[in-house]
Amino acid sequence: MSRRDITEDDIESLAVGAWILGTGGGGNPYLSLLNMRALYREGRRVQLMPASDLGDDDWVGVIANMGAPLVGIERLTDHETIARAARLMERHTNRRFDAVMGMEIGGGNGLRPLMVAAHLGVPVVDSDTMGRAYPEAQMTSVAVGGLRPCPLTAVDVRGLESIVDTVPTWKWAERIVRKICVEYGSTAPTCQPPRTGAEVKKWGIHGTTTKAIAIGRAVREAQRTHDDPVAAILAVEPGQLLYKGKVVDVERRATEGFLRGVVRFEGMDDWRGSVLHVNFQNEWIVASREDEPLAMTPDLICVLDSVSGEAVGTETIRYGQRVTVIALPGPDIFLTPEGLAHVGPRAFGYDLDFRSVFAS
Amino acid sequence: MRRIGIDVGGTNTDAVLIEEGKVSGAVKAPTSQDVTTGILDSLKKLAETGVLKGADGTPKKVDGVMIGTTHFINAVVQRRQLTRVAALRLGMPSGASLPPFCDWPEDLATLVRGGVWMVEGGHEYDGRPFMPLDEAAVLKAAHEMKAAGLRAVGISAVFSPLDPTHETRAAELVASVIPDAAITRSSDLGRIGLLERENAGLLNAALADLSRDTIAAFEKAIRDSGIAAPLFITQNDGTVAEAGQARRLPVYSFASGATNSMRGAAYLSGLSDAMVIDVGGTTTDVGQLKLGFPREANSVVKVGGVRTLFRMPDLLSIGLGGGSHVVLDPLSIGPVSVGYRLLTDAIAFGGTQLTTTDVAVASGILDLGDKARVAHLDAATCRKVFAEAARLAEEAVDRMKTEAGDVPLIAVGGGAFLIPAKMAGVSQVIHVEHGDCANAVGAAIAQVSGECDQIFKDMTRVEAIAAAQEIANGRAIAAGADRASLHTIESEDMPLAYLPGNSLRVRVRVVGDVAATS
Repeated sequence: MSRRDITEDDIESLAVGAWILGTGGGGNPYLSLLNMRALYREGRRVQLMPASDLGDDDWVGVIANMGAPLVGIERLTDHETIARAARLMERHTNRRFDAVMGMEIGGGNGLRPLMVAAHLGVPVVDSDTMGRAYPEAQMTSVAVGGLRPCPLTAVDVRGLESIVDTVPTWKWAERIVRKICVEYGSTAPTCQPPRTGAEVKKWGIHGTTTKAIAIGRAVREAQRTHDDPVAAILAVEPGQLLYKGKVVDVERRATEGFLRGVVRFEGMDDWRGSVLHVNFQNEWIVASREDEPLAMTPDLICVLDSVSGEAVGTETIRYGQRVTVIALPGPDIFLTPEGLAHVGPRAFGYDLDFRSVFAS
Repeated sequence: MRRIGIDVGGTNTDAVLIEEGKVSGAVKAPTSQDVTTGILDSLKKLAETGVLKGADGTPKKVDGVMIGTTHFINAVVQRRQLTRVAALRLGMPSGASLPPFCDWPEDLATLVRGGVWMVEGGHEYDGRPFMPLDEAAVLKAAHEMKAAGLRAVGISAVFSPLDPTHETRAAELVASVIPDAAITRSSDLGRIGLLERENAGLLNAALADLSRDTIAAFEKAIRDSGIAAPLFITQNDGTVAEAGQARRLPVYSFASGATNSMRGAAYLSGLSDAMVIDVGGTTTDVGQLKLGFPREANSVVKVGGVRTLFRMPDLLSIGLGGGSHVVLDPLSIGPVSVGYRLLTDAIAFGGTQLTTTDVAVASGILDLGDKARVAHLDAATCRKVFAEAARLAEEAVDRMKTEAGDVPLIAVGGGAFLIPAKMAGVSQVIHVEHGDCANAVGAAIAQVSGECDQIFKDMTRVEAIAAAQEIANGRAIAAGADRASLHTIESEDMPLAYLPGNSLRVRVRVVGDVAATS
């Protein structure tokens, strides 16, 4: 694999695939997709490069928008503002970026590194630090790797710019930047701590943009040919079909700034008479069938619309929806004891030993 | 209460009179090109049945005429009779790369986009101003709109469902420059999600002229028919709005036909919780009644290719109807249908296409056309066709059910003969009198609603819901409801991720009877 152009069609597929890898959270990528369409209409193009092509000393910007998805659908992020967060980091570190990458491939953030790349004229690395979406900054592969948690930048469209130069831990980074984000109006484009090429190669989760594009392309193709979109995903990803059913109850509560809750499903087709519960904290965390744990983080639990194959989010899932639930394997780095300490079920308050759907 | 309900469908315009809680008259007339002639004809037919006169020969007092129409949505879908719109967004400097019309299909945008102005303004999620409203820029925009000859204006502001003051002030400023402007504020259309709300507002503004002319024509048709009663227009959610409000917000009337059918089914059967199957000529819609209203789909709905957020009934449509093509070997029904050409193309009417109606004529269920023409269909063949139709219907009902037990099913629509008396998962199949006019009945019985969808901060959940209820009540009363009859039919609250404090988004919907005219 080497550097290649991301086509307009790839971007459409990436939006569908990133929403699926968002495992219920991360915000719908629709507005990011509109921004990318606008950039491509202006004639800008973005290239995708494998992490293996990075030089050890290359300087890589890590891009993410922080904030409440709900604010994001009113205060629409524009592509220039998110590029400003990266430029601020370049000025602060006195170094131009050789490439950019995403903090999380899942949800709207899956497309945002492309906006920055279009403005900075650098390629996007085909890697991220979550392989999905997670709610907090310390739930990343670079945090599991113990890499430096600073500096960070955050900007606001009205011209506000903040630099967090030094924090001792990733949890501190999350706390401080979250405060800035709230003052900005609960939405803030950020540039996460920059990484060297060597760090990305060792600690990045690789091939995730390609993976999201492949999933999205499979779903879109199945929609066009009226084939089963879920089967199409399972044909391109080593996933597992867990359940088909209808939403019969949604219970939500906000605690410590997160959206937590549980959705109850009743089975259809081969799952008739079977009850599934999926607990969530912004993202789907633990799925239980007949009260027995069936799948849990860091395996990806994807709740999909049975007809369209597109993702159903925890903020918008609703009584009566007909869904299919699949699991995709979690990134290897999160399956280590250190990884599970950051993103295993106990990191979300569930007293469960991680057991993968994919354990033989 | 005595009301006339009218459903303007693609083929027929149905009219019913409801009095003393019963359907006392029901007629059908062909839908006309200009719509109003069809309405006038149906009202004339209704008058001819004598139900509009009392025993002493004097005209009865009618409390309201409720019309359900697909006129406005058809204008958008067919791209006709649309007005050019000036879009004014208050939210700069945010969202500059995603201007109004940015996700519209190009053909529709070309027709409707009269100009785009984006100025500073809008609010934060917690009610703080995002930027002060730039009044000088709004005035400058208004003068440019005037110079460009634009009269229909759509105004949107960031977080206007929480705080509409910037939209309201901008509307005043625009009206000071263009006194006869038809202005739509996005906050009148409600929900959070700037692009979708703004899109709904722009579509609404684009219908300004058509809406004014259509409602005036409806009013004239009623006047000409000699009925002295206020006009109401039915809405997507099974309620009605007074003509004045409907003229201002035509987008709310977009998809009332299916909703009216389901509400009519509830009324005619006396059930408020049931499944409904509405079998038309081409398609069958299946939905679920909860407390007498259709369960809503709460997601983005595309209208003519434009993403909007609307109250729409959650329906499953399948290609089964009275005009569906039937193939005998191997057996299949639909999804292709002869549609409105049933009376010429079906075998029983001298055509060559075998349809479900022909099978019903052959088996003696329907007495239509010429039975001799379908004599070649034997009883065993007919049974097989009906069994296949029943299987399709059964599957659709099962998909829409949200509970495991058996539930009652109300069958309405002209093709309801396809629904058998017994079905798996169904406790009882109910066929009702006047079921073929269920949509006009649903229009006649429609109530008035009000909705509130807002974020509340630093209130207890109970306080926030009460506050939302008061706002929804106010909107319902403004729309013509009688306060004493108001009750809540939907209440949904959602704590918001990542927002500090106790931020709660509350959506409440109330309905009440139409206030009696004095």
